[in-house]
Amino acid sequence: MNNSLVSITDYSKEEILSILDSAKDFEANPNRKSFDGKVVATLFFEPSTRTRLSFETAVIRLGGKVIGFSDAATSSASKGETLNDTIHMVSCYADAIVMRHPLEGAARYASEVSPVPIINAGDGANQHPSQTLLDLYSILKTQGTLENLNICMVGDLKYGRTVHSLIQAMSHFNPTFKFIAPDELKIPEEYRIFCRKNNIKYAESDELIDNFNDADILYMTRVQKERFQDLMEYERVKNVYTLQNEMLEHTKSNLRILHPLPRVNEISMDVDKNEKAYYFKQAQNGLYVRQAILSKVLL
Amino acid sequence: MEKELKVAALRNGTVIDHIPADKLFQVVSILRLKYYDHPLTIGNNFDSKKMGVKGIIKISDRFLAEDETSKIALIAPNAKINIIKEYKVVEKRDLVLGDEINDVMHCVNPVCITNHQPVPTRFYVIQEGDKVRLKCRYCEREIAQDEIKLKKK
Repeated sequence: MNNSLVSITDYSKEEILSILDSAKDFEANPNRKSFDGKVVATLFFEPSTRTRLSFETAVIRLGGKVIGFSDAATSSASKGETLNDTIHMVSCYADAIVMRHPLEGAARYASEVSPVPIINAGDGANQHPSQTLLDLYSILKTQGTLENLNICMVGDLKYGRTVHSLIQAMSHFNPTFKFIAPDELKIPEEYRIFCRKNNIKYAESDELIDNFNDADILYMTRVQKERFQDLMEYERVKNVYTLQNEMLEHTKSNLRILHPLPRVNEISMDVDKNEKAYYFKQAQNGLYVRQAILSKVLL
Repeated sequence: MEKELKVAALRNGTVIDHIPADKLFQVVSILRLKYYDHPLTIGNNFDSKKMGVKGIIKISDRFLAEDETSKIALIAPNAKINIIKEYKVVEKRDLVLGDEINDVMHCVNPVCITNHQPVPTRFYVIQEGDKVRLKCRYCEREIAQDEIKLKKK
């Protein structure tokens, strides 16, 4: 078994906190030479901007080199090569593989067949652990703690992998959740079961306005067109919530708005200037957290 | 006198009793009994105090392999297995699901890697009281017992 990171549940509370500690060090001093002579492959079978660029920047700032592709059409997968064969081949060249794949479970499978560590950069609607860790880092930085927070999650709670992973990760820290979603995109039953099993308080609603005034974190998500098998359903729900600046008037002073990005219409541009908007800083935090993850996996 | 259905006693083999009547033919299919050429009795809709009606299968000269009992446990967890030797029940076996079920059922998630690439399925068994849920090792989707779709081999 190699040192892969496939799912946020692969890490204990202590390991999560140690990554966040390490990310703080990288934020203070991001340019190192600890990856001198190391090669990391980034295999993106599905489009990405932030995740791929921040992983690649992280490797380069650690002194390593990057190989890979950002479009499956330019790889042998388009000729019908199995994931097993692609992973075996790439592991001959690289010391670690960062992979995004549209099929759920692709990263777990890759970690079983790969002789080098796999870092899951998103497998369909399933897991995206580096995003979860940077969400946690952003929450810790803005709130000073991860314990006992009110977290309101809005939008696509059905397909949103970042939502599912964040629920699992926050379960170590006694959170209270509010899930706001239309009927079509409600949180899956298995996460309700997860909350009940772990004594996590949660409430559900389909109404956004005046429903997050007690929240410490407002976690907005995009309705992801690429996850819908029924495009009519997507059309019905795509613009269901838009956060406007005036909706923030009665919220707590420590409230911060997170969003895994990219956003479409779910946060109005006028929110960007509000000091409670944290999503661009959140994306920047991704660099330090990914440096911490790469270092844990590879060093 | 009421006539009774006579079923030949089994000398050596396996009796699977207490099969829910609506699952009987699935068990027949799992064990590929259509192709079995030794004496075989398949009965269904017998009165049962516990179950209302039940099915029963008697198979001569055959003892079930572990993957066969795992498959039966998935669809008929309360069925009972009796091993017969020289007309005597030498062992009564409850069907117990192991911690993991390997490559006997499909994942219900259409975008799970196991439904697109040559990857054998693996499920973790989660017992919740008398109910069982199965969690796909790959896509992490949880499946309820009534959603189970067995692989045809």
